[in-house]
Amino acid sequence: MSAAEEVVAEGNEAVEAVPKRAMTLGTGTSLVVLLLLIAVPLFAKNFVIFQLTQLLYLGLAVLALNILTGGSGQFSLGQSAFYGIGAYVTAVMMEQFNIPYFLCLPVAAVVCFGAGFLFGQPALRLSGVYLALATFALATAMPQLLKLNFLEHWTGGVQGLVVTKPDAPFGLPMGQDMWLYYFTLVVVLAIYIFSVNLLRSRSGRAFMAIRDNEIAASAMGVNVALYKTLAFGVSAGITGVAGGLSAIAVQFVAPDSFTITLAIQLFLGMVVGGVGWLPGSIVGAAFIIFVPNIAEGISKGLSGAVFGVLLFLVIYLVPHGARQVAILGQQLVGKLRKN
Amino acid sequence: MELFTNQVLAGIATGAIYACMALAVVMIYQAIDHLNFAQGEMAMFSTFISWQLMQWGVPYWGAFIIALALSFVGGIAIERILFKPLAKAPVLTNVAGFIALYAIINSSAGLIWDFTIKQYPTPFGSSPFLGSQLISTHQAGMIGVTVLLLIGLYFFFQYTRIGLAMRAAASVPESARLVGINTSWMIALGWGMATAIGAIAGMLIAPVVFLEPNMMGGVLIYGFAAAVLGGLTSPFGAVVGGFLVGIFENLAGTYIPGVGNELKLPIALALIISVLVVKPAGLFGRHIVKRV
Repeated sequence: MSAAEEVVAEGNEAVEAVPKRAMTLGTGTSLVVLLLLIAVPLFAKNFVIFQLTQLLYLGLAVLALNILTGGSGQFSLGQSAFYGIGAYVTAVMMEQFNIPYFLCLPVAAVVCFGAGFLFGQPALRLSGVYLALATFALATAMPQLLKLNFLEHWTGGVQGLVVTKPDAPFGLPMGQDMWLYYFTLVVVLAIYIFSVNLLRSRSGRAFMAIRDNEIAASAMGVNVALYKTLAFGVSAGITGVAGGLSAIAVQFVAPDSFTITLAIQLFLGMVVGGVGWLPGSIVGAAFIIFVPNIAEGISKGLSGAVFGVLLFLVIYLVPHGARQVAILGQQLVGKLRKN
Repeated sequence: MELFTNQVLAGIATGAIYACMALAVVMIYQAIDHLNFAQGEMAMFSTFISWQLMQWGVPYWGAFIIALALSFVGGIAIERILFKPLAKAPVLTNVAGFIALYAIINSSAGLIWDFTIKQYPTPFGSSPFLGSQLISTHQAGMIGVTVLLLIGLYFFFQYTRIGLAMRAAASVPESARLVGINTSWMIALGWGMATAIGAIAGMLIAPVVFLEPNMMGGVLIYGFAAAVLGGLTSPFGAVVGGFLVGIFENLAGTYIPGVGNELKLPIALALIISVLVVKPAGLFGRHIVKRV
């Protein structure tokens, strides 16, 4: 061993291992949740429907981070960057090239997958700390990249772009908001099913092997670098779709919507929802939508502090987030039934 | 040529600040193996404290010293209350803790002092230094204070018992504990010192970037870039990295067409990525080999 090398014992694990079955909901519960998601908008006002749409696409972004962290044990503080790229790709294609919105989303996914895969290449050969650092820098730099002068022709520079909301097709008797909700729901469901299957597949097992013990995984023949980058790319691609959906729903993209604050919110959503528990993503998304509304109602600028304090409470008291609460609830119900 | 010298000197001046931030980051990284993403926000908060003291009529250097002392105590308090319980938690939990701290400090600074941009005084003035057009007295002051700080730190770590104990606790905690060093308090002390060093950086850069809750965003990224360039495991490397990054930033801004203030952050990002690709351990860092 040369003097410049240092041998350290295997330190703390990156993420606590979550068994594969614990990652999803049972069939019965899933159906109930699905029915609720389909039925609720029929009885809600337009603004509530908009908020539900927001819940779905932010949930999708949290899910993407969850695949990366809960699945393969890596962190990203730069999800806002891929979210922003997805939103911009969608907005530019819709507004400057008049391409229908449903064709823009796959393109956004592919572009973000590529961006994530390429960005992951250098950073992923290194330990989690470096990845967190590189993605943190990416999230900080993203607004300036989106403001670049030579892209201004397409992106509208600091001003941003206004996006037209699509109408319901085939003369369906529903408003724009409701159509967009159901469209988002279909996309999110498709990606959710894809993610569940991905984690159950050979690739998913490789992700989890890397998460639990990288050295053992590589000894068993898992191509660690490839699967790490793949996880990063898939996560970035899904985040891009979420960003694209957000651009359509909010009808506006601007560089300063995609700052480090957004990345922090997504990260927070994942921790609150429970790392590695995919349905928790929706809980996390609800948290990051509704908590600021309440906090900003009390005082402007308070939401950051409330987020921070709650995040500390979560990591101290319920480190597994919503999953832990759900399990506690189940146990409580079980006890009550016995009595 | 004069433009070149001018830019190099200006680069050394901002580089001094990056060196301080990088040093603060590396000190905490050495102690607990985690990156403090809230380092910039902590420095910003310290700067606001000194500003508030000056608003209350305390003279500059008085406010400077009080803010340093408060930062030192505050850093220790943050470690004892928030991060000591997380010492054995997974990495993710620690990252979440730092992110939470970032959000809390940023948002409470905005709540207390609001988000408007404020002037921050400099004790050095901004006239040309020693009659030369190359560098202003404030820039010279930034370099001077940083050099004094670095010399002080060098003597502290090299020639005092407690400095030696801190180095021991950071490099081989188990053995340090066996010879009777209270490693847990050494970590807290490291936090205190890192916070105070960050505070110095904040108070020196505030006249340049102006005082506001998001003032340290760019500075922290450059501090990270400096730490990565020098090697996260080497305090000396962090300082060298800081100066190099400062000079690089200024020269790139002057000589590469199209690179101005609008590209400040992407340049830092590119720098971090290139170092990670070419030389992941940094210029002076050790290669970490893991035992299975």
